[in-house]
Amino acid sequence: MSVFYILLLFMIIAAIIAVETDNLLSSVICVGAIGFGGSLIFLFLRAPDIAITQIVVEVLGLIILIRATISRDRTFITGDREFFGMVVSVVIIFVIFLAGMKVFETLPTFGTPIFANVPDAASQTYISEGMQKTGAANLVSSVILDFRAYDTLGEATVLFTSIIGATVILRKKAKKLLEEPDQ
Amino acid sequence: MKGMTIIVKTISSWVKVLIFLFGIYIILFGHLTPGGGFAGGVILASSYVLLMLAFGREFAEENLSLPVASKLDCVGALLFAAVALCGLLYGAADFFWNFIHQKYLMGTDYEFNLVSAGTIPLSNIAIGLKVGASLFLVVLALSIFRPEISGNKEE
Amino acid sequence: MLYALCFLLFMIGLYCAVTKKNMVKIVIGIMVMEYAVNLFLIMLGYRMGGVAPIIGRSDLESGLGDFLSKSVDPLPQALVLTAIVISLGSLALMISICIRMYEKYGTFDITQIRRLKG
Repeated sequence: MSVFYILLLFMIIAAIIAVETDNLLSSVICVGAIGFGGSLIFLFLRAPDIAITQIVVEVLGLIILIRATISRDRTFITGDREFFGMVVSVVIIFVIFLAGMKVFETLPTFGTPIFANVPDAASQTYISEGMQKTGAANLVSSVILDFRAYDTLGEATVLFTSIIGATVILRKKAKKLLEEPDQ
Repeated sequence: MKGMTIIVKTISSWVKVLIFLFGIYIILFGHLTPGGGFAGGVILASSYVLLMLAFGREFAEENLSLPVASKLDCVGALLFAAVALCGLLYGAADFFWNFIHQKYLMGTDYEFNLVSAGTIPLSNIAIGLKVGASLFLVVLALSIFRPEISGNKEE
Repeated sequence: MLYALCFLLFMIGLYCAVTKKNMVKIVIGIMVMEYAVNLFLIMLGYRMGGVAPIIGRSDLESGLGDFLSKSVDPLPQALVLTAIVISLGSLALMISICIRMYEKYGTFDITQIRRLKG
Protein backbone atom coordinates (compact mmCIF):
# COMPACT_ATOMS: atom_id res chain seq x y z
CA MET A 1 0.00 0.00 0.00
CA SER A 2 2.79 2.43 0.77
CA VAL A 3 4.41 1.77 -2.61
CA PHE A 4 1.41 3.43 -4.25
CA TYR A 5 1.92 6.57 -2.19
CA ILE A 6 5.62 6.74 -3.00
CA LEU A 7 5.06 6.34 -6.74
CA LEU A 8 2.19 8.82 -6.82
CA LEU A 9 4.28 11.42 -4.97
CA PHE A 10 7.07 10.86 -7.49
CA MET A 11 4.62 11.47 -10.34
CA ILE A 12 3.26 14.62 -8.71
CA ILE A 13 6.71 16.08 -8.12
CA ALA A 14 7.69 15.35 -11.72
CA ALA A 15 4.46 16.98 -12.92
CA ILE A 16 5.14 20.13 -10.91
CA ILE A 17 8.64 20.36 -12.37
CA ALA A 18 7.30 19.79 -15.89
CA VAL A 19 4.77 22.58 -15.51
CA GLU A 20 6.92 25.22 -13.88
CA THR A 21 10.29 25.03 -15.59
CA ASP A 22 11.23 27.38 -18.43
CA ASN A 23 13.40 25.05 -20.46
CA LEU A 24 11.31 22.97 -22.88
CA LEU A 25 13.71 20.05 -22.96
CA SER A 26 13.58 19.60 -19.15
CA SER A 27 9.81 19.57 -19.13
CA VAL A 28 9.70 16.96 -21.91
CA ILE A 29 12.05 14.72 -19.92
CA CYS A 30 9.87 15.17 -16.81
CA VAL A 31 6.84 14.04 -18.82
CA GLY A 32 8.81 10.89 -19.60
CA ALA A 33 9.39 10.40 -15.88
CA ILE A 34 5.64 10.71 -15.23
CA GLY A 35 4.92 8.04 -17.80
CA PHE A 36 7.54 5.73 -16.35
CA GLY A 37 6.10 6.10 -12.84
CA GLY A 38 2.66 5.43 -14.26
CA SER A 39 3.84 2.20 -15.83
CA LEU A 40 5.28 1.04 -12.50
CA ILE A 41 2.01 1.80 -10.72
CA PHE A 42 0.09 -0.20 -13.35
CA LEU A 43 2.36 -3.15 -12.66
CA PHE A 44 1.61 -3.00 -8.93
CA LEU A 45 -2.10 -2.63 -9.63
CA ARG A 46 -2.07 -6.07 -11.33
CA ALA A 47 -2.52 -4.85 -14.90
CA PRO A 48 0.37 -6.23 -17.00
CA ASP A 49 -1.23 -5.50 -20.41
CA ILE A 50 -1.54 -1.84 -19.54
CA ALA A 51 2.01 -1.61 -18.17
CA ILE A 52 3.52 -2.92 -21.42
CA THR A 53 1.39 -0.62 -23.55
CA GLN A 54 2.05 2.44 -21.38
CA ILE A 55 5.80 2.16 -21.45
CA VAL A 56 6.19 1.64 -25.19
CA VAL A 57 3.65 4.38 -25.99
CA GLU A 58 5.46 6.77 -23.67
CA VAL A 59 8.80 6.08 -25.39
CA LEU A 60 7.33 6.85 -28.82
CA GLY A 61 5.59 9.94 -27.46
CA LEU A 62 8.90 11.19 -26.07
CA ILE A 63 10.55 10.69 -29.47
CA ILE A 64 7.81 12.68 -31.19
CA LEU A 65 7.96 15.51 -28.62
CA ILE A 66 11.75 15.75 -28.66
CA ARG A 67 11.95 15.77 -32.44
CA ALA A 68 9.52 18.62 -32.56
CA THR A 69 11.18 20.88 -30.01
CA ILE A 70 14.87 20.19 -29.83
CA SER A 71 16.35 22.53 -32.37
CA ARG A 72 14.01 25.44 -32.34
CA ASP A 73 15.46 28.72 -31.12
CA ARG A 74 12.50 29.77 -29.07
CA THR A 75 12.77 27.63 -25.99
CA PHE A 76 12.50 30.57 -23.61
CA ILE A 77 9.32 32.59 -23.57
CA THR A 78 9.59 35.89 -21.71
CA GLY A 79 7.09 38.64 -21.32
CA ASP A 80 4.57 39.86 -18.84
CA ARG A 81 2.23 37.36 -17.20
CA GLU A 82 -1.43 38.18 -16.90
CA PHE A 83 -1.78 38.24 -13.15
CA PHE A 84 -5.52 38.60 -12.89
CA GLY A 85 -6.27 35.72 -15.27
CA MET A 86 -3.92 33.41 -13.43
CA VAL A 87 -5.44 34.15 -10.01
CA VAL A 88 -8.97 33.56 -11.27
CA SER A 89 -8.07 30.23 -12.87
CA VAL A 90 -6.23 29.05 -9.72
CA VAL A 91 -9.28 29.88 -7.58
CA ILE A 92 -11.63 28.05 -9.95
CA ILE A 93 -9.37 25.00 -10.06
CA PHE A 94 -9.27 24.92 -6.25
CA VAL A 95 -13.08 25.04 -6.07
CA ILE A 96 -13.32 22.14 -8.55
CA PHE A 97 -10.83 20.20 -6.43
CA LEU A 98 -12.93 20.64 -3.29
CA ALA A 99 -16.07 19.56 -5.14
CA GLY A 100 -14.23 16.48 -6.38
CA MET A 101 -13.30 15.54 -2.83
CA LYS A 102 -16.98 15.48 -1.93
CA VAL A 103 -17.76 13.19 -4.87
CA PHE A 104 -15.03 10.71 -3.99
CA GLU A 105 -16.73 9.90 -0.70
CA THR A 106 -19.51 8.14 -2.61
CA LEU A 107 -17.13 5.74 -4.35
CA PRO A 108 -16.32 2.39 -2.69
CA THR A 109 -13.07 2.42 -0.74
CA PHE A 110 -9.84 1.65 -2.51
CA GLY A 111 -9.42 -2.12 -2.67
CA THR A 112 -12.94 -3.38 -3.37
CA PRO A 113 -13.95 -3.32 -7.04
CA ILE A 114 -17.51 -2.46 -7.95
CA PHE A 115 -18.44 -5.95 -9.10
CA ALA A 116 -17.76 -7.39 -5.65
CA ASN A 117 -20.74 -5.48 -4.27
CA VAL A 118 -23.11 -5.69 -7.24
CA PRO A 119 -23.89 -9.32 -8.05
CA ASP A 120 -25.06 -8.83 -11.63
CA ALA A 121 -22.38 -6.51 -12.94
CA ALA A 122 -20.89 -7.12 -16.37
CA SER A 123 -17.51 -8.21 -15.02
CA GLN A 124 -19.02 -11.24 -13.27
CA THR A 125 -20.09 -12.64 -16.64
CA TYR A 126 -16.76 -11.78 -18.26
CA ILE A 127 -14.74 -13.64 -15.64
CA SER A 128 -16.93 -16.67 -15.06
CA GLU A 129 -17.98 -17.39 -18.65
CA GLY A 130 -15.26 -15.71 -20.67
CA MET A 131 -13.06 -18.74 -21.11
CA GLN A 132 -15.91 -21.03 -22.03
CA LYS A 133 -17.47 -18.67 -24.56
CA THR A 134 -14.36 -17.40 -26.30
CA GLY A 135 -11.61 -19.87 -25.51
CA ALA A 136 -8.98 -17.24 -24.64
CA ALA A 137 -6.99 -17.43 -21.43
CA ASN A 138 -6.27 -13.69 -21.30
CA LEU A 139 -9.55 -12.17 -20.13
CA VAL A 140 -8.66 -8.63 -21.22
CA SER A 141 -8.11 -9.83 -24.81
CA SER A 142 -11.42 -11.64 -24.80
CA VAL A 143 -13.14 -8.48 -23.57
CA ILE A 144 -11.65 -6.13 -26.15
CA LEU A 145 -11.85 -8.44 -29.14
CA ASP A 146 -14.95 -10.50 -28.54
CA PHE A 147 -17.35 -9.07 -26.00
CA ARG A 148 -16.68 -5.40 -26.81
CA ALA A 149 -15.25 -5.49 -30.29
CA TYR A 150 -17.16 -2.40 -31.41
CA ASP A 151 -14.98 -0.30 -29.11
CA THR A 152 -11.91 -1.67 -30.85
CA LEU A 153 -13.40 -0.83 -34.23
CA GLY A 154 -14.02 2.73 -33.05
CA GLU A 155 -10.49 3.00 -31.73
CA ALA A 156 -9.03 1.82 -35.03
CA THR A 157 -11.10 4.45 -36.82
CA VAL A 158 -9.97 7.26 -34.48
CA LEU A 159 -6.32 6.29 -34.82
CA PHE A 160 -6.63 6.08 -38.61
CA THR A 161 -8.25 9.51 -38.82
CA SER A 162 -5.73 11.25 -36.57
CA ILE A 163 -2.78 9.81 -38.48
CA ILE A 164 -4.32 10.91 -41.78
CA GLY A 165 -4.80 14.38 -40.30
CA ALA A 166 -1.20 14.59 -39.12
CA THR A 167 0.13 13.43 -42.51
CA VAL A 168 -2.01 15.94 -44.42
CA ILE A 169 -0.93 18.86 -42.22
CA LEU A 170 2.73 18.04 -42.72
CA ARG A 171 2.59 18.03 -46.49
CA LYS A 172 4.90 20.34 -48.40
CA LYS A 173 4.17 19.59 -52.00
CA ALA A 174 0.92 21.54 -52.27
CA LYS A 175 2.69 24.86 -52.53
CA LYS A 176 4.60 23.80 -55.61
CA LEU A 177 1.41 22.79 -57.36
CA LEU A 178 -0.04 26.23 -56.76
CA GLU A 179 3.03 28.05 -58.04
CA GLU A 180 3.10 26.38 -61.44
CA PRO A 181 0.12 27.44 -63.49
CA ASP A 182 0.76 25.38 -66.56
CA GLN A 183 -2.74 24.95 -67.83
CA MET B 1 18.70 13.69 -41.33
CA LYS B 2 22.05 12.06 -40.84
CA GLY B 3 22.77 9.02 -38.71
CA MET B 4 24.92 8.41 -35.69
CA THR B 5 28.42 7.06 -35.01
CA ILE B 6 29.60 3.64 -36.05
CA ILE B 7 29.23 2.09 -32.60
CA VAL B 8 25.54 2.95 -32.52
CA LYS B 9 25.06 1.67 -36.08
CA THR B 10 26.63 -1.71 -35.34
CA ILE B 11 24.76 -2.34 -32.11
CA SER B 12 21.43 -1.18 -33.45
CA SER B 13 21.66 -3.40 -36.50
CA TRP B 14 21.72 -6.39 -34.15
CA VAL B 15 19.18 -5.11 -31.64
CA LYS B 16 16.47 -4.08 -34.10
CA VAL B 17 15.99 -7.68 -35.24
CA LEU B 18 15.39 -8.76 -31.63
CA ILE B 19 12.91 -5.94 -31.08
CA PHE B 20 11.02 -6.94 -34.23
CA LEU B 21 10.89 -10.56 -33.12
CA PHE B 22 9.69 -9.54 -29.65
CA GLY B 23 6.92 -7.48 -31.22
CA ILE B 24 5.74 -10.44 -33.29
CA TYR B 25 5.77 -12.67 -30.19
CA ILE B 26 3.63 -10.22 -28.20
CA ILE B 27 1.09 -10.04 -31.05
CA LEU B 28 0.83 -13.76 -31.69
CA PHE B 29 0.49 -14.84 -28.05
CA GLY B 30 -1.95 -12.08 -27.20
CA HIS B 31 -4.71 -14.45 -26.17
CA LEU B 32 -2.57 -16.42 -23.71
CA THR B 33 -0.18 -13.96 -22.04
CA PRO B 34 -0.38 -10.21 -21.46
CA GLY B 35 0.08 -8.09 -24.53
CA GLY B 36 -2.22 -8.12 -27.50
CA GLY B 37 -2.39 -6.26 -30.77
CA PHE B 38 -1.86 -2.70 -29.54
CA ALA B 39 1.32 -3.18 -27.54
CA GLY B 40 2.83 -5.44 -30.18
CA GLY B 41 2.07 -3.00 -32.97
CA VAL B 42 3.75 -0.13 -31.13
CA ILE B 43 6.83 -2.33 -30.54
CA LEU B 44 7.01 -3.11 -34.27
CA ALA B 45 6.85 0.59 -35.08
CA SER B 46 9.59 1.37 -32.58
CA SER B 47 11.97 -1.09 -34.22
CA TYR B 48 11.68 0.85 -37.48
CA VAL B 49 12.06 4.15 -35.61
CA LEU B 50 15.32 2.81 -34.16
CA LEU B 51 16.48 2.08 -37.72
CA MET B 52 15.62 5.62 -38.74
CA LEU B 53 17.36 7.27 -35.78
CA ALA B 54 20.57 5.27 -36.12
CA PHE B 55 21.08 5.22 -39.87
CA GLY B 56 19.49 8.40 -41.12
CA ARG B 57 16.21 9.09 -42.80
CA GLU B 58 17.16 8.13 -46.39
CA PHE B 59 18.22 4.62 -45.42
CA ALA B 60 14.97 3.97 -43.59
CA GLU B 61 12.99 5.42 -46.46
CA GLU B 62 14.52 2.93 -48.89
CA ASN B 63 13.60 0.16 -46.49
CA LEU B 64 9.97 1.11 -45.95
CA SER B 65 8.93 4.18 -47.89
CA LEU B 66 5.94 6.42 -47.28
CA PRO B 67 3.49 4.95 -49.88
CA VAL B 68 4.25 1.38 -48.80
CA ALA B 69 3.66 2.20 -45.13
CA SER B 70 0.35 3.86 -45.85
CA LYS B 71 -0.78 0.90 -47.95
CA LEU B 72 0.12 -1.49 -45.11
CA ASP B 73 -1.97 0.67 -42.81
CA CYS B 74 -5.00 0.33 -45.08
CA VAL B 75 -4.47 -3.43 -45.46
CA GLY B 76 -4.54 -3.83 -41.68
CA ALA B 77 -7.77 -1.89 -41.32
CA LEU B 78 -9.45 -3.79 -44.16
CA LEU B 79 -8.38 -7.14 -42.70
CA PHE B 80 -10.00 -6.23 -39.39
CA ALA B 81 -13.21 -5.28 -41.18
CA ALA B 82 -13.10 -8.54 -43.17
CA VAL B 83 -12.85 -10.61 -39.97
CA ALA B 84 -15.88 -8.72 -38.66
CA LEU B 85 -17.88 -9.30 -41.84
CA CYS B 86 -17.18 -13.02 -41.82
CA GLY B 87 -19.07 -13.24 -38.57
CA LEU B 88 -22.06 -11.71 -40.30
CA LEU B 89 -21.91 -14.13 -43.20
CA TYR B 90 -21.72 -17.24 -41.08
CA GLY B 91 -25.28 -17.35 -39.93
CA ALA B 92 -25.61 -15.14 -36.89
CA ALA B 93 -27.18 -11.74 -37.19
CA ASP B 94 -24.32 -9.59 -35.92
CA PHE B 95 -20.74 -8.53 -36.64
CA PHE B 96 -17.72 -9.76 -34.67
CA TRP B 97 -19.28 -13.13 -33.90
CA ASN B 98 -16.51 -15.53 -32.95
CA PHE B 99 -17.60 -17.99 -35.61
CA ILE B 100 -14.56 -20.26 -35.50
CA HIS B 101 -14.95 -20.89 -31.79
CA GLN B 102 -18.72 -21.02 -31.50
CA LYS B 103 -19.48 -23.19 -34.49
CA TYR B 104 -16.62 -25.61 -34.79
CA LEU B 105 -14.53 -25.88 -31.72
CA MET B 106 -16.60 -25.15 -28.67
CA GLY B 107 -16.58 -27.85 -26.04
CA THR B 108 -13.47 -29.60 -27.22
CA ASP B 109 -10.46 -29.53 -24.99
CA TYR B 110 -8.07 -27.29 -26.89
CA GLU B 111 -7.48 -24.31 -24.67
CA PHE B 112 -4.03 -22.91 -23.77
CA ASN B 113 -2.62 -23.78 -27.19
CA LEU B 114 -1.36 -21.25 -29.69
CA VAL B 115 -4.11 -22.15 -32.16
CA SER B 116 -7.17 -21.47 -30.07
CA ALA B 117 -9.76 -18.81 -29.25
CA GLY B 118 -11.20 -18.50 -32.72
CA THR B 119 -10.95 -15.13 -34.42
CA ILE B 120 -9.01 -13.46 -31.61
CA PRO B 121 -5.50 -14.13 -33.02
CA LEU B 122 -6.60 -12.97 -36.48
CA SER B 123 -7.92 -9.71 -35.05
CA ASN B 124 -4.71 -9.29 -33.05
CA ILE B 125 -2.59 -9.61 -36.20
CA ALA B 126 -4.74 -7.12 -38.10
CA ILE B 127 -4.66 -4.57 -35.28
CA GLY B 128 -0.91 -4.98 -34.78
CA LEU B 129 -0.20 -4.38 -38.46
CA LYS B 130 -2.42 -1.33 -38.53
CA VAL B 131 -1.07 0.35 -35.40
CA GLY B 132 2.56 -0.32 -36.30
CA ALA B 133 2.28 1.04 -39.83
CA SER B 134 0.37 4.14 -38.65
CA LEU B 135 2.88 5.14 -36.00
CA PHE B 136 5.87 4.63 -38.26
CA LEU B 137 4.11 6.71 -40.92
CA VAL B 138 3.65 9.66 -38.60
CA VAL B 139 7.26 9.64 -37.34
CA LEU B 140 8.50 9.45 -40.95
CA ALA B 141 6.27 12.35 -41.98
CA LEU B 142 7.55 14.43 -39.04
CA SER B 143 11.13 13.78 -40.04
CA ILE B 144 10.64 14.55 -43.73
CA PHE B 145 9.02 17.86 -42.91
CA ARG B 146 11.75 19.15 -40.61
CA PRO B 147 14.65 19.96 -42.95
CA GLU B 148 12.52 22.37 -44.96
CA ILE B 149 11.90 24.95 -42.29
CA SER B 150 15.08 25.49 -40.34
CA GLY B 151 17.60 25.04 -43.12
CA ASN B 152 20.67 23.48 -41.67
CA LYS B 153 19.82 22.75 -38.03
CA GLU B 154 20.31 19.05 -38.08
CA GLU B 155 21.72 18.16 -34.68
CA MET C 1 -6.67 9.34 -0.10
CA LEU C 2 -5.12 7.78 -3.17
CA TYR C 3 -7.99 9.06 -5.27
CA ALA C 4 -7.22 12.55 -3.97
CA LEU C 5 -3.61 12.38 -5.15
CA CYS C 6 -4.70 11.19 -8.57
CA PHE C 7 -7.17 14.05 -8.82
CA LEU C 8 -4.41 16.46 -7.78
CA LEU C 9 -2.34 15.25 -10.74
CA PHE C 10 -5.29 15.97 -13.02
CA MET C 11 -5.62 19.47 -11.59
CA ILE C 12 -1.93 20.17 -12.17
CA GLY C 13 -2.35 19.24 -15.83
CA LEU C 14 -5.46 21.42 -16.10
CA TYR C 15 -3.64 24.39 -14.59
CA CYS C 16 -0.82 23.98 -17.10
CA ALA C 17 -3.20 23.73 -20.06
CA VAL C 18 -5.13 26.84 -19.04
CA THR C 19 -2.53 29.39 -17.93
CA LYS C 20 0.58 28.83 -20.00
CA LYS C 21 1.49 30.80 -23.11
CA ASN C 22 3.88 28.39 -24.82
CA MET C 23 2.12 26.02 -27.21
CA VAL C 24 4.26 23.03 -26.28
CA LYS C 25 3.49 23.57 -22.59
CA ILE C 26 -0.22 23.39 -23.40
CA VAL C 27 0.35 20.05 -25.15
CA ILE C 28 2.31 18.79 -22.12
CA GLY C 29 -0.58 19.80 -19.85
CA ILE C 30 -3.05 17.81 -21.95
CA MET C 31 -0.78 14.76 -21.78
CA VAL C 32 -0.51 14.96 -17.97
CA MET C 33 -4.32 15.06 -17.80
CA GLU C 34 -4.54 11.92 -19.92
CA TYR C 35 -2.08 10.03 -17.69
CA ALA C 36 -4.10 11.00 -14.61
CA VAL C 37 -7.42 9.81 -16.07
CA ASN C 38 -6.02 6.42 -17.15
CA LEU C 39 -4.51 5.93 -13.70
CA PHE C 40 -7.80 6.74 -12.00
CA LEU C 41 -9.74 4.23 -14.09
CA ILE C 42 -7.36 1.38 -13.28
CA MET C 43 -7.37 2.28 -9.58
CA LEU C 44 -11.15 1.84 -9.55
CA GLY C 45 -10.87 -1.81 -10.43
CA TYR C 46 -8.24 -2.94 -7.96
CA ARG C 47 -8.82 -5.61 -5.34
CA MET C 48 -6.54 -5.85 -2.29
CA GLY C 49 -4.34 -8.90 -2.64
CA GLY C 50 -5.78 -9.77 -6.04
CA VAL C 51 -4.28 -11.48 -9.06
CA ALA C 52 -4.09 -10.38 -12.68
CA PRO C 53 -7.05 -11.43 -14.87
CA ILE C 54 -5.25 -14.23 -16.72
CA ILE C 55 -6.47 -17.80 -16.25
CA GLY C 56 -3.86 -20.51 -15.73
CA ARG C 57 -4.23 -24.23 -16.11
CA SER C 58 -4.52 -24.86 -12.36
CA ASP C 59 -7.29 -22.27 -12.06
CA LEU C 60 -9.31 -24.05 -14.71
CA GLU C 61 -9.00 -27.46 -13.08
CA SER C 62 -10.08 -26.31 -9.63
CA GLY C 63 -13.16 -24.51 -10.86
CA LEU C 64 -13.50 -20.82 -11.49
CA GLY C 65 -15.17 -19.85 -8.21
CA ASP C 66 -11.89 -19.34 -6.38
CA PHE C 67 -10.52 -17.27 -9.26
CA LEU C 68 -13.67 -15.16 -9.27
CA SER C 69 -13.16 -14.15 -5.66
CA LYS C 70 -9.62 -12.93 -6.01
CA SER C 71 -9.14 -11.44 -9.47
CA VAL C 72 -9.15 -7.77 -10.32
CA ASP C 73 -11.68 -6.20 -12.63
CA PRO C 74 -10.86 -6.72 -16.33
CA LEU C 75 -13.33 -4.20 -17.72
CA PRO C 76 -11.51 -0.91 -16.86
CA GLN C 77 -8.29 -2.42 -18.20
CA ALA C 78 -9.93 -3.06 -21.55
CA LEU C 79 -11.17 0.52 -21.77
CA VAL C 80 -7.84 2.07 -20.78
CA LEU C 81 -5.91 -0.05 -23.30
CA THR C 82 -7.50 1.70 -26.26
CA ALA C 83 -7.37 5.09 -24.52
CA ILE C 84 -3.58 4.96 -24.19
CA VAL C 85 -3.07 4.32 -27.91
CA ILE C 86 -5.56 7.02 -28.87
CA SER C 87 -3.64 9.53 -26.74
CA LEU C 88 -0.55 8.83 -28.84
CA GLY C 89 -2.47 9.54 -32.05
CA SER C 90 -3.81 12.82 -30.70
CA LEU C 91 -0.33 13.82 -29.50
CA ALA C 92 0.97 13.33 -33.05
CA LEU C 93 -1.80 15.54 -34.43
CA MET C 94 -1.21 18.29 -31.85
CA ILE C 95 2.54 18.36 -32.44
CA SER C 96 2.09 18.56 -36.21
CA ILE C 97 -0.19 21.58 -35.73
CA CYS C 98 2.45 23.20 -33.48
CA ILE C 99 5.18 22.65 -36.05
CA ARG C 100 3.07 24.08 -38.82
CA MET C 101 2.27 27.18 -36.79
CA TYR C 102 5.94 27.65 -35.94
CA GLU C 103 6.77 27.57 -39.62
CA LYS C 104 4.13 30.13 -40.46
CA TYR C 105 4.51 32.63 -37.59
CA GLY C 106 8.03 32.03 -36.34
CA THR C 107 7.17 31.67 -32.66
CA PHE C 108 5.55 29.32 -30.17
CA ASP C 109 3.94 32.12 -28.17
CA ILE C 110 0.18 32.25 -28.54
CA THR C 111 -0.13 35.94 -27.59
CA GLN C 112 2.21 36.92 -30.43
CA ILE C 113 0.20 34.84 -32.86
CA ARG C 114 -2.94 36.58 -31.82
CA ARG C 115 -1.33 39.91 -32.66
CA LEU C 116 0.22 38.95 -35.98
CA LYS C 117 -2.81 37.28 -37.59
CA GLY C 118 -0.78 36.33 -40.67
